[in-house]
Amino acid sequence: MQAKEEQWDLIIGPKKHLLDINLKQVYAYRDLLMMFVKRDFVTFYKQTILGPIWFFIQPILTTIIYLVIFGNIAGLSTDGVPQIAFYLAGITIWNYFSETLTTTSNVFITNAAIFGKVYFPRLIMPLSIVVSGLMKFSIQFLLFLIAVLYYTFIQQSIHPNIWMLATPLLILMMASLSLGIGMIFSSLTSKYKDLTFLLTFGIQLFMYATPVIYPTSILSPKLKMIMSWNPLTGIFECFRYAFLGAGDFNPSMLIYSALVIFAILILGTLIFNKIEKSFTDSI
Amino acid sequence: MIAIKAENISKQYRLGRVGSGTLSHDLNRWWHTVRGKEDPYLKIGETNDRGTKGESDYVWSLKNINFEVQQGEVLGIIGRNGAGKSTLLKLLSQITQPTTGQFKIKGRIASLLEVGTGFHPEMTGRENIFLNGSILGMTKAEIKSKFDEIVDFSGIERYLDTPVKRYSSGMYVRLAFAVAAHLEPEILIVDEVLAVGDAEFQEKCLGKMKSVSGEGRTVLFVSHNMAAIKALCKRIIVLKHGEIHFDGEVTLGISTYLSSANPGENRGSIEKHHRTINTGFVFFKSVEISNKEFNSGNSIYFNNDISINCSLEFLKDIENVLFDARVISADGIEFLHTMNIYDNDFVNIKKGTVEINLKLENKLQPGKYFITLGVHLSDGLTLEYLENILELNILNVGINNQKGLIYDFKLGYYRPNANWQITQ
Repeated sequence: MQAKEEQWDLIIGPKKHLLDINLKQVYAYRDLLMMFVKRDFVTFYKQTILGPIWFFIQPILTTIIYLVIFGNIAGLSTDGVPQIAFYLAGITIWNYFSETLTTTSNVFITNAAIFGKVYFPRLIMPLSIVVSGLMKFSIQFLLFLIAVLYYTFIQQSIHPNIWMLATPLLILMMASLSLGIGMIFSSLTSKYKDLTFLLTFGIQLFMYATPVIYPTSILSPKLKMIMSWNPLTGIFECFRYAFLGAGDFNPSMLIYSALVIFAILILGTLIFNKIEKSFTDSI
Repeated sequence: MIAIKAENISKQYRLGRVGSGTLSHDLNRWWHTVRGKEDPYLKIGETNDRGTKGESDYVWSLKNINFEVQQGEVLGIIGRNGAGKSTLLKLLSQITQPTTGQFKIKGRIASLLEVGTGFHPEMTGRENIFLNGSILGMTKAEIKSKFDEIVDFSGIERYLDTPVKRYSSGMYVRLAFAVAAHLEPEILIVDEVLAVGDAEFQEKCLGKMKSVSGEGRTVLFVSHNMAAIKALCKRIIVLKHGEIHFDGEVTLGISTYLSSANPGENRGSIEKHHRTINTGFVFFKSVEISNKEFNSGNSIYFNNDISINCSLEFLKDIENVLFDARVISADGIEFLHTMNIYDNDFVNIKKGTVEINLKLENKLQPGKYFITLGVHLSDGLTLEYLENILELNILNVGINNQKGLIYDFKLGYYRPNANWQITQ
């Protein structure tokens, strides 16, 4: 007599299918996600008295440097927007993108100790990085808003518009892109740790391929074409257009960005899902 | 009802080609291979012998493991280092995947390979309870409802709002274990976590583990602590070279484990794997029980002193050398210990061969025992250590005493000389 097929709650076996992503489990662990975010938050403000202040100092110093080098020495145009507001806008969102990307790329290396001892859906970790990054971003965004208010009402040299309401969407897109690329790279850095340096360098180069310190309006039509392939271009132009009222912005760019970002995010998730099962054997 | 079913579990690791960790090394390796040269980063005991390479590239850390664990059962898993215990736990904890086979699990499973995973030194005890609890798989609501219990168990209530970096290591471990102890999965996988904290706390942990199993939960417990295994488990699995060597009743299992670990009666040949610790300064060349009865089995008559001959090779001059010998019972308790400095003094030894004869008074009850031998420095540094190298069989007859039957009655391990003055 054949016994009835037993019901099992969990089956642990060799490599599952590539598309076997357990999002339900990720949801079940949402408390852990919030705990990691809380940890980052708590440890961040406990570090030093200067801790949070650094978040202000860094963009201010960078802005001053850009002001001198790109604004005065190189004399790059800022679309008629006050240079400080222009650079601050670029730096604020670029910082969020680049830092989230760097941290996500190293997720296996930095968390090898925890990953080697406890199981939880690994996807929680990069997700928590993206959310934690918002904390620093909000502080720098606040600084940027102060500048926007100053230039809007006191100097009356910039003209924010209704596109400001798209900011959460822009942030979501940037978060997804940094998460997607970060997850792709995390699989590489888990095998080759020296790729981390290459990545840092790559991100720096990427910044110059993105309209962070210059507007796309100064580019030749040919360069503009190439630039439009970069999914970040639309986001940066939209962000500046919304708050500063200047720039080469076209809503279709955002749609293109969204599609590319979505594809990268899916690819990143698939790769991450594949690596998370085998990385403990190779690290 | 079955809680865990392991079907044909195998785990293979690839040697020799473990990623070197950097791209430049791997490129260099590739370049060497292309030119037909030797791999410059060859790893872990691999000789680049073309003849054997094909078969030695892979190592089976676990091979065809099959077992079932009933719900509510406490299963102990023992084995020497490298026997595959950790790999088995890692597979069950889903940290890595089996190469073949699968585990089928019924019920919520949680594993404790370490206590305090994810503790952050800057955060307070309170915050770490929540963080660590979540990492172990508890929801926030669950932790909240058990919070008072956890704090109570850890006994660090006063320091709850102090960052854990200011804790003593004892407090740290207490807090960490307290969180872990309040996990309430249906299946719990535990690795040696009891080997922490002071004796009182260990007792408490053991008690907690016992009550956990009493509540009908399934526990898989890996330990080197035979006393803990004996106290907690009824059934054990002994792993040897990645395979199940024994599966059954605990006392029998422990004695199988201990005897599987030593070369038994053999004299002379001490193989590499018998050396638990060796610094390369001193080697035991041979050890033997010189007054054993019969030609096989290290059998000694009851109440007849034991004489052990050892031959050692010192590869350099060493001052203040300390030799020690232990007698271990078949159920794993180290209950006799002697050192040369108890009765004599430290010795200075010159490079060369050293012969030792150790005479041990024998008051052992009949049965099976093991002898462990070690060479140490005066500061406690171990130079050479042979764990359970000799099996010792105390016969239930004495040499010059015909009252053989009386020795059959074995209770305890040791029969002291006693003088019963009975008056009426």
